[in-house]
Parts: sequence; C-alpha cells; structure tokens
Amino acid sequence: MARIELDLAHAYLRNPQREADYALLPLKMSFEDGGAYALLGPSGCGKTTLLNIVSGLVRPSQGAVCFDGRDVTGLSPQQRNIAQVFQFPVIYDTMTVAENLAFPLRNRGVAADRIRQRVGKVAEMLELSGQLGMRAAGLAADAKQKISLGRGLVREDVSAVLFDEPLTVIDPHLKWQLRRKLKQIHHELKLTLIYVTHDQVEALTFAQQVVVMTRGRAVQVGTASELFERPSHTFVGNFIGSPGMNFLPARGAAAGIEVAGRVLAAPNAVLSSLGSFTLGVRPEYVQIAPANEAGAVPGVVTQVQDIGTYWLVGARVGDGVGQTMLRARLSPEQAIPRIGETVWLSIVGDHTCYYVDERLIA
Amino acid sequence: MKPVNQKAWLLILPVVLCVAFSAILPLMTVVNYSVQDIISPERRVFVGTEWFKAVMRDDDLQGALLRQMGFSLSVLVVEIPLGIALALAMPAKGWRSSVVLVLVAISLLIPWNVVGTIWQIYGRTDIGLLGATLAALGIEYSYTGNATHAWLTVLAMDVWHWTPLVALLCYAGLRAIPDAYYQAASIDGASKAAVFRYIQLPKLRGVLMIAVLLRFMDSFMIYTEPFVLTGGGPGNATTFLSQYLTQKAVGQFDLGPAAAFSLIYFLIILLLCFILYNWMQRVGTTDKVEGGHG
Repeated sequence: MARIELDLAHAYLRNPQREADYALLPLKMSFEDGGAYALLGPSGCGKTTLLNIVSGLVRPSQGAVCFDGRDVTGLSPQQRNIAQVFQFPVIYDTMTVAENLAFPLRNRGVAADRIRQRVGKVAEMLELSGQLGMRAAGLAADAKQKISLGRGLVREDVSAVLFDEPLTVIDPHLKWQLRRKLKQIHHELKLTLIYVTHDQVEALTFAQQVVVMTRGRAVQVGTASELFERPSHTFVGNFIGSPGMNFLPARGAAAGIEVAGRVLAAPNAVLSSLGSFTLGVRPEYVQIAPANEAGAVPGVVTQVQDIGTYWLVGARVGDGVGQTMLRARLSPEQAIPRIGETVWLSIVGDHTCYYVDERLIA
Repeated sequence: MKPVNQKAWLLILPVVLCVAFSAILPLMTVVNYSVQDIISPERRVFVGTEWFKAVMRDDDLQGALLRQMGFSLSVLVVEIPLGIALALAMPAKGWRSSVVLVLVAISLLIPWNVVGTIWQIYGRTDIGLLGATLAALGIEYSYTGNATHAWLTVLAMDVWHWTPLVALLCYAGLRAIPDAYYQAASIDGASKAAVFRYIQLPKLRGVLMIAVLLRFMDSFMIYTEPFVLTGGGPGNATTFLSQYLTQKAVGQFDLGPAAAFSLIYFLIILLLCFILYNWMQRVGTTDKVEGGHG
C-alpha cells in the first residue's frame, strides 16, 4: 500500500505543441493510502491514460509518479506492485477459475498453502467458491469479470488496485451488487482503490473522492456532495447531476446583479463589480416563487415532464441573446405549472454558484 | 394437412447438376475402375474387391505409405513450431512488419515445380550454394545418391516452401489477441514463457488447427517437388504416395489398382484429418479433473 503522488503531463504525440496535443495536461494530484477514488469523465477525457500511468503501463512524457515519496516513473507495473482490472474480462482460457485466481500469486512464487488460502478467501468474497474447479473459458461474461476482479484482489501487498470501467460488461442488477461488493472489500482490506468510470452514479457511490476530468484536465477533486453543491468548474456542474446545473448569463449592475433582464440583490458584493459572469443553479434548487420575489425571475414554461419521482419543468427566461432554458426539479406534491404559463422561479440562494471563465468564483 | 412443397428441389437442381458433373461422376468413374478389370474399351470384367486386396498387400505401396506418414509427421513437427517461432519474432507494426510480411510470403508465391528446380540447383555440389557449402565442410552430400540426404533435402525443401504459411497464419492469430491480455499478464507478473503458454498458445488454437490440417493434407499429397528434385529416388527413398499412384496409373496404366488405391488414399486422408481435427478440438478444452481446490 502506498500514497501515490502524480506531477506529470502526457502526450501520445512526439512533440506536443498545443493543448489539444496532450492526452493529459500538466496536473498535480495525490491519492492517499487506503482511499477509494474514482476518475470520472466522458470518453476520451484522459482518465484511462491517467490510470495506465499510475499502473506503469504508460510512461508519462513529462513529470514523475511517486509511491510513498519514491520515484517509480520508470518502473513496470510488476515492480510497482500494482493490480489492475480492465474494461473487458481477461481470463486465461486454459486454466480453471482457481488457477486463474492463483496466477498472480504463483508468478510471484507464493507458497502453495498461502495461495490456496488467498484464493479461497477472494472466491468467497466474490461468490465464486462454487465455480473454483470449473474452466474459466466456459463461464458467462459477468463471472469472467469477477475472476478478473479476483485476480486484482488476490494479492494483499499491492500498492493499489486500479479498475478501468470494470462493470461495463455486467448486467445492471449484478453491477449494483458488485459495486457494493467492491465497497465492502475496500472496507475489509483497506486497499487503495482507483476506479475509472464515465458513470457518475458509479463514481459517486463507490468513491470517497471523485476526480472529475475533461479534455485531459482534472477539473475538480472532491466528495460527492462537494461536486454537487460547489462544482468548481462549469463542466462539473453540467456533468454531475441529472439533469445538470442551469447556467444563466449574468452581469454586475449598480444595485446588484442583472440576470434575464431583472436586477436581483447581489448575495456577494464582489459580483456587482464584475462585468459579465455566469450564474449556476442546480435544478433541485430552482423553486416556484411568488411573483416579483427577490432572487426570482419570470419564465414561460415550455416543457413539463413526469420523471417518476419528480417533475422536470423547463422554462424560457430572459429574451433576446440572453434567453436561456431554466430547468427545475419539482416534487409531485406541489402544483405543477402548465405549458405556456408564466411562472416565477427563484434562482439566487445559498446553493447558487457564480463562474467567470468557467471557474467558480463565489 | 399441410401440402408438401416440392419446389425447393427445383432450386437446388442446378447445384446438384454442377456437383454431379464436377465431383460425383468423376469420383464414381474411379469407383467404377476400382472394381473392374478393363482389358480393352469393349471388354471389361467385374472383379469385386480383388484390386483392393492386391493393393493392400503390395509391399511397394506399404513402403510408400510408411514413408509418407514419416514425411508428413516430420513436416508437422518441424514446420508448426518453426512457424510459431517465426510469427513471434516478426515485428508487430510499422513499416518493418510490412517488409517482413512480404519477405516471408515470397516462397509461397513460387510454383511447385520451380521450387523443385531451385533446390535441385541449390543442392548441387558443383554450382549450388547449399551443396557446395556442405561439400566444403567435408560432408559428402548427394541428394541423388544418398537416400538419407535425399529425404532430408525433400523435407528441407518443404519446410522452406511452406513454413511461411504457418508463420503467416500464426502472425494473424497473434495480432488478433487484444492488448488487454498482455497488460493483464504484465500486471499479474507473468514471465514471457507464461505469456506464451497461457495467452498466446491458447489463443492460437484456431489458426494452428487450420495450419496443421492444411500442412498435413498438402504434405500427404506432395508430388511435384520431390518429382522434380529426386524423381522419387535414389531407389524409392523419396517415392511418396501420389508419385507411386501416378506411376501405377499413368506409367504402367494399371487403372484398376490405381483406382482402388486412389480411393484408399482418399479415405486415409479423410480419416487422419478427422482424427487430427477431433483431437485438436479436444486438447485444451476438456474439463480438468476436479479436486485439489476444494
């Protein structure tokens, strides 16, 4: 087990010039010993590259990787003592389930007794005990992936276990089970786990700390609630949450801030001195308000959707170039406005965030 | 009751006609010859299984069959491991891989009789590179005089000619293995030997099966190269089955025994391929005996 520190950048091209040439822009990050982390971001954001750099499959083109202060940049995954589980199950066709699980230990010359003990334990954790004597090749995809997971967990002395979207091939109901299993295993074994995914639910439920990435940049590291309440970048606001955060163009004005053609009281003195900025508010915090209430803007309802446990209401606010769609999540208990109606929606409150150049300022 | 629709017969009729014309009727002609003694086009006698019995008892044929088995077995034993080794050594990508692929494939493009001629010259001690080199090393090499030398030369020629086919098949098989397997093996701390044993070899099973069958069938029917190189000699050291058959059918015009032998030949190949195929299907896929793992 180790504390992992990264201070690096990576480009697959030989001579990167522009930002777009980099798979990973310069970043500094550390993963604490025994923590459960998730790297979250859309496809192509560099999360798998980052994971492969941590494991040693990819060598960063600049900078260094340190485990417990020791520079391991030039070392192989084996030397770093990393375990990694890939997106698609990798199993050794000719071996039984037990032999598959034992493989990482056998290669390291662990004693037979100890191997049997570890294999038994891991198989039990993953509910593979009944299949140990079977050939791995004949099993279903989710059992194969469990074997891959098992091979990642069978060594107890690993620096970290890395997961690269390991649940992609798993059925939804099993996915949930396995995720819980992983959490439980993390609890029991106290391993450092790093989990790559593009599924926010997976990331937020699995990890203590989530690293949100986009276009080769790690834009925010935080707990689920931090990412939800105070997204430090508009990308995070948009990516986390369903639907994502509302963003409205705003401007500082003499008596406060101007949003959607209305001047609202500024919650923060800094804002009124700014030129243009962006106001962000989660649909969960947008509520219907009495007409002309402070912190509310009028909008014309254009969409009303029943999403089961809540209603999603979309309203057009402002006019001209500043016109935006504002979405609100309303509970089914309250009166739901009809399409075409004009409603007042509160947007300025404790949970409202303010951005300049996509970055959180207040 | 549902009326039976017989129109489908009409649809397959063209295929039946084609296959009958090109395969079934010629084969039946052979069957026809094998059970008759054709004295002249007008006079023929039905002899039953007489030719088959005679052919089976023929010492020359038994000798040729044994030589053939030994040869085909040697071909497989040499070419399959060599082909795998070549494929493993070939570069995986970049311009080097293209160059190597073309170089490796060259021998496959040479017609059989030309291969025979090339080796005929190559093995000559006066002007051939191989022959001259061996002679210079003090070996009395002669593929026309020494039976062992002749046999080894034919084997070397076949290896030279056809190992690239095995290599190309294995190369294609190796390229089809996803990177994740190698990455996982490296994470699991597998040695190079373990990667070969547990990833590459199992994943090559399919192409190896094709390679073994192709090389077995082809080598079992080998004719042109030894015919050009040694003419089956010295003595009959390199007379393999098909050459023996040709001697019988065309040389001595013993159509009856030749036909009977053709059928036996055909059945031998069919039987051996069947056994090989089933054995290879089974190897590495049967469940190991349970136990030891609780």
